[in-house]
Amino acid sequence: MLQGVQIDLISQESLENMTSMEKIHLILDKVRQGTIVILEKGLEPDEQSKLIEMTMKEILPDDFNGIEMETYPSREEGSFLSRLIGRHSTSTRLTVIGPANQLKMIKKDKDQISAWISTR
Amino acid sequence: MDIFVQTKNRFSRFLSAFFKKKRSRIGIYGPPNAGKTTLANRIARDWAGDAVGAVSEIPHETRRALRKQDLCISGANGHSITIDIVDTPGVTTKIDYKEFLEYGLDKEEAITRAREATEGVAEAMHWLREDIDGVVYMLDSTSDPFQQVNIMMIGIIESRKLPVIIAANKIDLPDAAPQKIRSAFPQHPVVPISCLEGKNIEELYEQMVHSFR
Ligand SMILES: Nc1nc2c(ncn2[C@@H]2O[C@H](COP(=O)(O)OP(=O)(O)O)[C@@H](O)[C@H]2O)c(=O)[nH]1
Ligand SMILES: [Mg+2]
Repeated sequence: MLQGVQIDLISQESLENMTSMEKIHLILDKVRQGTIVILEKGLEPDEQSKLIEMTMKEILPDDFNGIEMETYPSREEGSFLSRLIGRHSTSTRLTVIGPANQLKMIKKDKDQISAWISTR
Repeated sequence: MDIFVQTKNRFSRFLSAFFKKKRSRIGIYGPPNAGKTTLANRIARDWAGDAVGAVSEIPHETRRALRKQDLCISGANGHSITIDIVDTPGVTTKIDYKEFLEYGLDKEEAITRAREATEGVAEAMHWLREDIDGVVYMLDSTSDPFQQVNIMMIGIIESRKLPVIIAANKIDLPDAAPQKIRSAFPQHPVVPISCLEGKNIEELYEQMVHSFR
């Protein structure tokens, strides 16, 4: 059988139709099975915070030791003025999430995320 | 003392007890090893009067996050704030017990320690959503401020609209680059400090009085 790693790309449309908890469970279920998840649109700050909290609760010795996550840099945060009036968008973009023992981020700059994935 | 003044004093004490403002809880967040505990200890040493201030573990909560209560910090202009300082474990998305083995712990101890760490991080994240009124975000000025966890945490703090001060710690080290932190987070006050030597710490207190009032 072909050896390898599964990568799931999840569209913005399907993410928009899920609740925060649905998204977090989907991500953690996949990642726990060793799947690399790529989200077309990133999580909201509150969802990121809950994802970290849930990840911590799922960690088990010799089984799951957490996640690696990288988000493509968000678009320019708007002008100084729009920031001043509190209208700066925090919309995050392309996000890669995987098991910490299989996914290593190599490099990230404003145009590219480089990651290295190993089989289990 | 004149009976009138006495009554008035008693009345104002009653009033202030009645309307006692909730002390704001200031969380010290940041990656592991940035110097959060060193700062928490320094703040407690500098400001804890004899009445309060001992480091105490919170009962029935995480064994790793420490709270120092009821600290009154005053600035040069006479303003002051009364706060609880919450020292949190470093926020991370992964914890592997095997890393603790390198410090000479046996497997069982390492697993226990890792479990405590995961509980501590989970709780720190939970508090940030429920219980924290302001944040000192601690960074080590000798390391890359653009790490994903920092960007994520600052985003989370901003989305909760909490006042935040970024402390660029360890400026006593030769390769410290606090200006890099400034350019990474231009939207927030950045105070370069050395918690170890106490350098610039007064400036941090001034900023705290200003931001957390
Ligand atoms: N050179 C230097 N080292 C520091 C400074 N503040 C803390 N440290 C050291 O950094 C390490 C981690 O400090 P600690 O307060 O435990 O970090 P925490 O994990 O963020 O709570 C310890 O060895 C401290 O002595 C500082 O201002 N300068
Ligand atoms: Mg600490």
